[in-house]
Amino acid sequence: MAESERRTGWLGRLRQGLARTAAALGTGLGGVFVRRRLDRAALEELEEILIRADLGVATAAAVTERLAATRFDREVTEQEIRQALADEVAAVLGPVAVPLVIDTARRPHVVLVTGVNGTGKTTTIGKMASRFRREGRTVSIAAGDTFRAAAIEQLKVWAERSGAKFFSRAQGSDAAGLAFDALTKARADGDDVLLIDTAGRLQNKAGLMEELRKIVRVLRKVDATAPHTVLLVLDATTGQNVLNQVELFRDVCEVSGLIMTKLDGTAKGGVLVAVAAKFGLPIHAIGVGESIDDLQPFDATAFGKALVGQV
Amino acid sequence: MVRALKAFQGLEPIRWRVGPPVHDVRALAILAFAGTTTMFEALQERLTGVFDRLTKRGVLKESDVAEALREVRVALLEADVALPVVRDFVAQVQTKAVGADVLRSVTPGQMVIKVVHDHLVETLGRAAEPINLRAVPPVPLLVVGLQGSGKTTTAAKIAKRLQDKEHKKVLLASLDVYRPAAQQQLKVLGEQAGVATLPIVDGQMPVDISRRAIQAAKLQGADVVILDTAGRLHIDEAMMTEVVAVRDAVRPTEILLVADSLTGQDAVNVAKAFKERVGITGIALTRVDGDARGGAALSMRAVTGCPIKLMGSGEKLDALEDFHPSRVASRILGMGDVVSLVEKAAETIEKDEAEKLEQKLLSGQFDIEDLAKQFRQMRKMGGMQGLMAMLPGVGKVKKQMAEANLDDKLLARQEAIIYAMTKKERRNVNILNASRRRRIAAGAGVQIQDVNRLLKQYRQMSDMMRKVGKLTKGGKISPQALRSLIPPQGFPR
Ligand SMILES: Nc1nc2c(ncn2[C@@H]2O[C@H](COP(=O)(O)OP(=O)(O)OP(=O)(O)O)[C@@H](O)[C@H]2O)c(=O)[nH]1
Ligand SMILES: Nc1nc2c(ncn2[C@@H]2O[C@H](COP(=O)(O)OP(=O)(O)OP(=O)(O)O)[C@@H](O)[C@H]2O)c(=O)[nH]1
Ligand SMILES: [Mg+2]
Ligand SMILES: [Mg+2]
Repeated sequence: MAESERRTGWLGRLRQGLARTAAALGTGLGGVFVRRRLDRAALEELEEILIRADLGVATAAAVTERLAATRFDREVTEQEIRQALADEVAAVLGPVAVPLVIDTARRPHVVLVTGVNGTGKTTTIGKMASRFRREGRTVSIAAGDTFRAAAIEQLKVWAERSGAKFFSRAQGSDAAGLAFDALTKARADGDDVLLIDTAGRLQNKAGLMEELRKIVRVLRKVDATAPHTVLLVLDATTGQNVLNQVELFRDVCEVSGLIMTKLDGTAKGGVLVAVAAKFGLPIHAIGVGESIDDLQPFDATAFGKALVGQV
Repeated sequence: MVRALKAFQGLEPIRWRVGPPVHDVRALAILAFAGTTTMFEALQERLTGVFDRLTKRGVLKESDVAEALREVRVALLEADVALPVVRDFVAQVQTKAVGADVLRSVTPGQMVIKVVHDHLVETLGRAAEPINLRAVPPVPLLVVGLQGSGKTTTAAKIAKRLQDKEHKKVLLASLDVYRPAAQQQLKVLGEQAGVATLPIVDGQMPVDISRRAIQAAKLQGADVVILDTAGRLHIDEAMMTEVVAVRDAVRPTEILLVADSLTGQDAVNVAKAFKERVGITGIALTRVDGDARGGAALSMRAVTGCPIKLMGSGEKLDALEDFHPSRVASRILGMGDVVSLVEKAAETIEKDEAEKLEQKLLSGQFDIEDLAKQFRQMRKMGGMQGLMAMLPGVGKVKKQMAEANLDDKLLARQEAIIYAMTKKERRNVNILNASRRRRIAAGAGVQIQDVNRLLKQYRQMSDMMRKVGKLTKGGKISPQALRSLIPPQGFPR
């Protein structure tokens, strides 16, 4: 399948995916809630629907309790309860749905991209670079993953696709040193944005997290205000471990915002509700495919609706 | 220390009742930290609440079991086991547990845990099943899964293992014609592993590449051909059709689903779809080196019936392990590998020495030489990382330890500092003036700040020990009291 075919296919795939989940959830809800009393048993089933969307036990219970507060023992229709559920989710996520803003006073605005292995950091950088280029900005990309095999070559392809400048060193070079040089160069060139890729790392690996801290420290030697944005890229298929990821990455490198990828699958990413409640970090965008345009701004209302199967 | 250990048996939420005590200051510190964590409550702690009231021995009654199983359900869900799987599992345990005899030596709570644990191990599969290579060479092996799950890395790891340990000649081939530099990645990994890779031909499509791989393997006399594929969503019709076509072209003896052990509720959808569409024969779990509870293992095993054959435990090519059901079960239940920690501790620590230490600790006569002994024992027990990996619920502790720089290098460095001191200095650190400290630093090859840091840490520790000694005079210690011993920012850096 050619790249172009894959590209036209994603929207269809997304719709199909959402419809499928909606159908699964919908029948669940329909079966349970068509003109039914919202009693304990009904609430429990509702809670289970949220658990299946990865909200986690405690958060699912909290959301259902809120519904119960106003509607317990009332006769409710499927449509009403679905809407109410989506509203609850959107109410938690609304305040954190914040677009990523590039500060034009910075040249460059430095974006450091972090996350666990394979979440979609490199691909997301490609997508962001393309968006910034379309907005008419000059963009540099730094290949800060000097560890993984062919990570540099992978990012280089994305730089070419998006029309960004590309800064790299040999595999095995020091990532912090590379970041220092890349920022020095982007500064001299007066670029608008510098996107820095990093190697995937599990948050429980102290040594690797220390390396990340070092990258931030070194960037500040060039520009005391850098990095201006620190993104943590999360994978929608991940379960409750996302909470640990956010906490530890935030502590080590002052994460300023989140992006969740792979929402074109059947995973709902409901753990974001718990993340928003616990950490209040901005959620900037979502990844909905592997192609260059498959990055969308995070929309709390749409997310809430998709989560309960209301497309 | 025996008294001190009794003290933290009363400490919530970490319970430490199995086997002999661990004679180690650091272990005490770790446990005290663990007592302050807000991570998921492990099943063991959940159940102690339920069974506090139950002291009666005999058989487990239905009402007791039902209450306990509500906690089991929550524990499994928090560990990311998929809801439908949790439901079935709990129902099965219910029938097993009701009427089970409570062994004389355990509490009813422990008995339920045992039933749950045993059933979990049984469901996960009793032992590791090897990769099936029973076919005429070259034996094709297909690796499939979602995007970024670890297919390419796992393919290279398997190749390396077959070649190094089983002396097979292996050919690796990438069918990922979509992701940028995917084929290049496998080529580099092949070079690192010393395994041949199929030359890349631009523009060739997956089914054709797979045929070419088989041909090449025949010509080279390879025993095994491992085919790496592009990441694909299970709902992507075109991509699923493609991998089925590859399967039909090469008829692999083994189709491994490579899945991330961090996966949440979606694990059932993914595993079911790959099983139904592609006919997977086994599962490889990656990133078990993370700190997730890993419930996806149970979800996927339960819905597919396929054995979990391998676990990836790191990014390096030798980080591939056989599946250990019991370890995975303990982790899902949040119990850590308490048993093996205790065994290991017992093996390593010389008993007499430990008891002498304990006396010194509690009387506050713990000198810095004793500290050096502690460091040595810690390293014998597999160092900080080894110890931490075995403890339950320590995500936060690990972070604090990382912040406090309590890693293995540090242990070695601290030992060196202590050995650079004279006997007299070790007995009484108060005589360490600036010039002595300078000499010690030079002798140990460290900065003078490192020496100061060690001394501060030593003082803090012996302080803490004295307090523990006092607080435990009555035999018991409250969690609050123990927590009050921990400096708010953790130990000095
Ligand atoms: N379906 C889907 N796939 C995605 C999305 N974003 C990234 N991917 C795919 O996920 C896989 C991993 O993406 P990468 O960008 O390489 O991830 P990474 O975080 O840079 O990985 P490491 O550098 O190895 O840690 C690739 O196959 C991507 O094409 C998304 O939004 N949807
Ligand atoms: N910590 C850890 N990282 C792993 C493990 N297995 C793979 N990785 C990392 O996970 C990331 C993705 O691995 P890949 O092998 O590229 O995954 P993939 O499934 O081939 O990805 P796509 O081809 O893009 O779908 C890389 O950064 C790997 O180094 C593991 O067991 N532990
Ligand atoms: Mg990458
Ligand atoms: Mg791959």
